[in-house]
Amino acid sequence: MRIVLFAAVAISLLGFVPAKTQAAGEVVLEEQEWSFDGPFGRFDRQQLQRGFQVYREVCSSCHGLDYIAFRNLQEIGYSEDQTKVLASEYTIEECCDDQGDIFDRPAIPADYYPNPYPNAQFARASNNGALPPDLSLMTKARPGGPDYMYNLIIGYEEPPTEMAEEMMVGMYYNTVFEGNQIAMAQQLFDDLIEYSDGTPATSDQMARDVSAFLHWAAEPKLEVRKQTGVRVLLFTFIFTVLAYLLKRRIWADVEH
Amino acid sequence: MSTEKGWGMRAFDWFEERLPIVSFIDNSVGSKYPAPKNLNYFWNFGALAGLVLVIMIVTGILLAMSYTPHVDHAFQSVERIMRDVNSGWLLRYMHANGASFFFIVVYIHIFRGLYYGSYKSPREVLWWLGIIIMLLMMATAFMGYVLPWGQMSFWGATVITNLFSAVPLIGDKIVTLLWGGFSVDNATLNRFFALHYLLPFVLVGVVVLHIWALHIPGSNNPVGIDAAPQDKIPFHPYYTVKDMFGVGVFLLAYFTVVFWFPNIMGHTDNYIPANPLSTPAHIVPEWYFLPFYAILRSIDDKLTGVILMFGSILILFVLPWLDTSRVRSASFRPIYKVLFWVFLIDCVVLTWCGAQVAEGLPLILSRVGTFWYFFHFLVLLPVIGWIETPKPLPISISTPVVAKPAE
Repeated sequence: MRIVLFAAVAISLLGFVPAKTQAAGEVVLEEQEWSFDGPFGRFDRQQLQRGFQVYREVCSSCHGLDYIAFRNLQEIGYSEDQTKVLASEYTIEECCDDQGDIFDRPAIPADYYPNPYPNAQFARASNNGALPPDLSLMTKARPGGPDYMYNLIIGYEEPPTEMAEEMMVGMYYNTVFEGNQIAMAQQLFDDLIEYSDGTPATSDQMARDVSAFLHWAAEPKLEVRKQTGVRVLLFTFIFTVLAYLLKRRIWADVEH
Repeated sequence: MSTEKGWGMRAFDWFEERLPIVSFIDNSVGSKYPAPKNLNYFWNFGALAGLVLVIMIVTGILLAMSYTPHVDHAFQSVERIMRDVNSGWLLRYMHANGASFFFIVVYIHIFRGLYYGSYKSPREVLWWLGIIIMLLMMATAFMGYVLPWGQMSFWGATVITNLFSAVPLIGDKIVTLLWGGFSVDNATLNRFFALHYLLPFVLVGVVVLHIWALHIPGSNNPVGIDAAPQDKIPFHPYYTVKDMFGVGVFLLAYFTVVFWFPNIMGHTDNYIPANPLSTPAHIVPEWYFLPFYAILRSIDDKLTGVILMFGSILILFVLPWLDTSRVRSASFRPIYKVLFWVFLIDCVVLTWCGAQVAEGLPLILSRVGTFWYFFHFLVLLPVIGWIETPKPLPISISTPVVAKPAE
């Protein structure tokens, strides 16, 4: 029968096709265990603070963090006073004083993290034509999220011989980046910074910490979301069970 | 008990005499609406669709209070909602995933109608109104996806609005009208926001007509024969409580996604602000448009592709006459039953194809899938209705097994 035959072909194709495209080979990310995984996942405040230190001392020289204000850092365990001190180390150009002149003032907790560049053209001009993307939403803007970040940051290698000739000037070989050529050089090396909590600053540790921090920056409501979810689901579950029992009882007199 | 009415009941009666709104609701979805007693759980999805529509309107209005429809501020205002508006993250995730769940629920509702022949006489107008609801949903969802002004918002809007340029003679004028200018820009975002706010209320109006049209013949049922009065039970409390249970199960699934996988049905590129100078590698619409996108891309000629894509939905309007069988339920139609499942698989295959790059195997599959889609409606359904011998229909819903064929 033609119909049955077609159905059989369609079903077998359905099973076969995805397997094939997977074999054709996207980059396989080495998945990490994150404290914020799972239904009850929470951020590790110490890790976020270390990650922030990596961002501040390394990444922030080229990458903005436009959606994070200094006040937000209280959410990762800094006190209000600490955020005030931290903010005051940065200068904000304010428009304008009574004379209409732009003036400089120290940042306050309500200010957003200052972008390293005044505009995109300036950023490109300073980076060999490449535009360092803002990192506020990076883990949500790439498939794989924090795993992608971690693998990208440590994914630097010498290009394989067949790629060596193709490499463009000023580009670096990266195992994870799409097309394998990235304009950002390797940034993290062992003991590049000194963690204030004494954790050994291996490049692997720093990559993991900054990825966790950036995931907090992208999804700061993750904890409250999962905690609310547990309560909501529990309520809904009880509601559903009661509704089912009520349904059985009301339908008891109907032959069906 | 005394028959004397309290002042509360008297006030109620006074009001009902002047505006019988409570009786109206009771007649519509209450104890005065008799429904067949054999409806299975697939009949829950109409009520579920109504629930999602309410969720979408409520969360949508609240979101609109903090959203800014301007190309320079839209993306940022959405992030403000996610970070600084009280429970804004919850509103947005409920709204964004609500759209997906709306389509899941409505697609199941439609396939239930296809399986049990709910589109057949005397329910053709009810069916038409359902198709109009689906079209309104699609337009609303498409414009809603543009509002966050991410990369997929912008490029999705560019691709879809450009389809209208395939219309002969006036195509370019239509596109300019849709854009409010000569490219997808601020005017486009503004009019999409205005329409995205308007259309759901039009949708509510059509839903009222849909329910009205339902009440003329009454609900269809899994057996597909007209239900006799003794086989009917009042909608309330029987189906209100059954719907309540269905709502619970639905919410368990919906909340699981909202609270733990809120971005699973979205595209990562939409967390990158719209950039007219940088085209994403693969422009993909939301998952619920993928089968239609696959049909569009299965043909090289743009106009033919557009006609087929719109035709794939418009053909549903004449389905009640394309299906020549008078037996409603597929349970009694051995050949149609197989065709139904093949058609469902065809739609799943097309959905998969829509997400792939249109070349090689996905392209071949979308061509086969598109052919089968129209072949099903235009050739198989009319022909099967003539050649198929349906199983004997029961005399009534209560006696479905009595009418077994003689040995």
